[in-house]
Amino acid sequence: QIFINNEWYDSVSGKKFAVFNPANEEKICDVEEGDKADVDKAVKAARKAFELGSPWRTMDASERGRLLNKLADLVERDRLILATMETIDGGKLFSTAYLMDLGACIKTLRYYAGWADKNHGRTVPMDGNFFTFTRHEPVGVCGQIIPWNFPLVMFIWKIAPALCCGNTVVVKPAEQTPLSALYMGSLIKEAGFPPGVVNIVPGFGPTAGAAISHHMDVDKVSFTGSTEVGKLIKEAAGKSNLKRVTLELGGKSPNIVFADADLDSAVEIAHIGLFHHQGQCCIAGSRIFVEEPIYDEFVRRSIERAKKYTLGNPLLPTVQQGPQIDKEQFKKILELIDSGKKEGAKLECGGGPWGDKGYFIQPTVFSNVADDMRIAKEEIFGPVQQIMKFKTIDEVIERANNTTYGLAAAVFTKDIDKALTFAAALQAGTVWVNCYSAISAQCPFGGFKMSGNGREM
Amino acid sequence: ALETLDNGKPYSISYLVDLDMVVKCLRYYAGWSDKFHGKTIPLDGDFFCYTRHEPVGVCGQIIPWNFPLLMQAWKLGPALATGNVVVMKVAEQTPLSALYVANLIKEAGFPPGVVNIIPGYGPTAGAAISSHMEVDKVAFTGSTEVGHLIQKAAAESNLKRVTLELGGKSPNIIMSDADMDWAVDQAHFALFFNQGQCCCAGSRTYVQEDVYHEFVERSVEKAKSRVVGNPFDFKTEQGPQVDEEQFKKILGYISTGKREGAKLLCGGNPAADRGYFIQPTVFGDVQDSMTIAREEIFGPVMQILKFKTIEEVIERANDSKYGLAAAVFTKDLDKANYVSQGLRAGTVWINCYDVFGAQAPFGGYKASGNGRELGEYGLEAYVEVKN
Repeated sequence: QIFINNEWYDSVSGKKFAVFNPANEEKICDVEEGDKADVDKAVKAARKAFELGSPWRTMDASERGRLLNKLADLVERDRLILATMETIDGGKLFSTAYLMDLGACIKTLRYYAGWADKNHGRTVPMDGNFFTFTRHEPVGVCGQIIPWNFPLVMFIWKIAPALCCGNTVVVKPAEQTPLSALYMGSLIKEAGFPPGVVNIVPGFGPTAGAAISHHMDVDKVSFTGSTEVGKLIKEAAGKSNLKRVTLELGGKSPNIVFADADLDSAVEIAHIGLFHHQGQCCIAGSRIFVEEPIYDEFVRRSIERAKKYTLGNPLLPTVQQGPQIDKEQFKKILELIDSGKKEGAKLECGGGPWGDKGYFIQPTVFSNVADDMRIAKEEIFGPVQQIMKFKTIDEVIERANNTTYGLAAAVFTKDIDKALTFAAALQAGTVWVNCYSAISAQCPFGGFKMSGNGREM
Repeated sequence: ALETLDNGKPYSISYLVDLDMVVKCLRYYAGWSDKFHGKTIPLDGDFFCYTRHEPVGVCGQIIPWNFPLLMQAWKLGPALATGNVVVMKVAEQTPLSALYVANLIKEAGFPPGVVNIIPGYGPTAGAAISSHMEVDKVAFTGSTEVGHLIQKAAAESNLKRVTLELGGKSPNIIMSDADMDWAVDQAHFALFFNQGQCCCAGSRTYVQEDVYHEFVERSVEKAKSRVVGNPFDFKTEQGPQVDEEQFKKILGYISTGKREGAKLLCGGNPAADRGYFIQPTVFGDVQDSMTIAREEIFGPVMQILKFKTIEEVIERANDSKYGLAAAVFTKDLDKANYVSQGLRAGTVWINCYDVFGAQAPFGGYKASGNGRELGEYGLEAYVEVKN
């Protein structure tokens, strides 16, 4: 159901939508479908909770921190339930959901709990006989639209900093994966957040999501998802009330491996960097540039690594790869794989669906990929690895940056000078050196260019 | 309960104020652990330049007896948040609560050797810390007199970093437009809280001429009604002084006050036959040159002085070797801004007193100390910046 003012509601329209388990295509349950009317209700509640003099506005900053820590305690208590939900609803491997996703959720909440009373303004020595100081005030009612690839982690990444600074929020979880967010509603109430501080409206992008981005009484919208929809959100903000916009969008992140890198380590990390969570990561290292001398060996080892997979029900501990999230993604990935074959990339393994139920795709590796192929330019968001060859540093810097995206990048080398050169030269929000996907609550994350605006964490 | 038994402060205060602040301080610094950022710096030339905030190392921490548990938390919080290890010497008058916490530290899971606590005396254990060649930093809260010794020892040994939180003779300035009820109430609290045993006690209450007589009268009335007794009794507002040395010293100051011509308006004597209890005492018509106006008494003895103008009172307020805290009571925005900028004190309270929070830095100008504790500023003394 829809969560507003710490209470549960049916949708105004009465409509519901179904939520499915992508491993077996079976329906899990029905969820109330929020639309503009429900968003309006939620925004009203959030606005009231934000009024001057409200419990939330008058609360000590340290107390906001204490509530966030309490929420972290509750997530820890219910870790098993939430991890299972992520797996069944999102197709995520259970061990990953329990250890990594839930671990990150708890740490992020505790990290932002710590910041609550440390967001300092300044006193400023202005010209003239004036006492000048800045206050860091909460923006207000924040609309937050989150994706389906890391449902709970994305929920926490959004609410933690927002609540830390004293805002109120209206969250629209992805229609594919609303369950863990809705469960959080009950924990938020249990932790003691005042009514209206967090409101959760499940629904679809073109209806509920658009209602948020167009809303005249929402002060800021924060969106994580595809670049395509990111543009719509920013446009809507411009058309309506110029609400502040932050976006976390797609990527086609380059992973550059030099001949002097530790080859074993590079192969393994590049592999995980692409295949984690069935390739459904905005930061997926989906263009692997390998220096000519080690190219053949790198490809050989990567294929070997990709073949070692057991696909199946993500709840089972023996399974290493789960399903893609839904039919739409499933079809899109297969279409891109076809384009790869047609445009002349060498299919080294995989290349098609797996199993007769669920949206499973075989781990796929393409070599001899050229920069102008669709699989080298478009975000696939699936278990499809592209390996390209390069000769010189200048060449690979140019090729790596030759994209409208700029979310992340990595370089593997033992040479300090190369590492520092790339750290400066790559147009990406995060550059990893001899590692990939190293993300933590303490580090800012976000994209250059069309991978987004602004930083999270 | 340990705190009240060992120190004498009323139980209700130990529980509601001291312990509450201890927990908040620890939680506050827990939050800073992974947020004290170094910087990347755009240096001239082709260089990658950045700073790390590294822990200083082995920190000697010598704490006083007036807020035993709170002082321990103020010291441990920033030191441990920044990754240091600690050797703490607790006050010989009040070692119990800190030693209890040592057990909790083990239970919490801190690795062995991170926190070490040694009960002992200043001239022996304390001096051993301040002159130790392997201690990287010493932090001391206590009297200015001992502060000098610590700094000397640090210089003479290994130039260990030093932070000091010392005494005060803090001026509390009451302008004629202040809310009288509130000012009397707060000035009373400013002096008498914790049996007068606060480094930042408002021990020079400057009252503007026009309202002087009324203020004095009301203050005396309030002091007379202060309930002195067994600190475990919930009705008690004031417990005993911490030991015989303090007890005698305070009575000595009271004598001196009378001798030098201050007007004793109430109190002035021990309050009971057993225990170090002293009656809430008020002196009026105090002059700046009197001993009781210049030296830190650290007891329930209030000095009220008269002043005419704002410029005069700022000068007189600053005329002290101390500079820990100060306050001004007024309804006028301009007066508040003017006075708070003019006072040479680490904390200036406006229309309030003794307001503390883990978030806000505290420390003294001049002989009241070096460095600041609490807030983000409190972390600085516990890191070494490596570029």
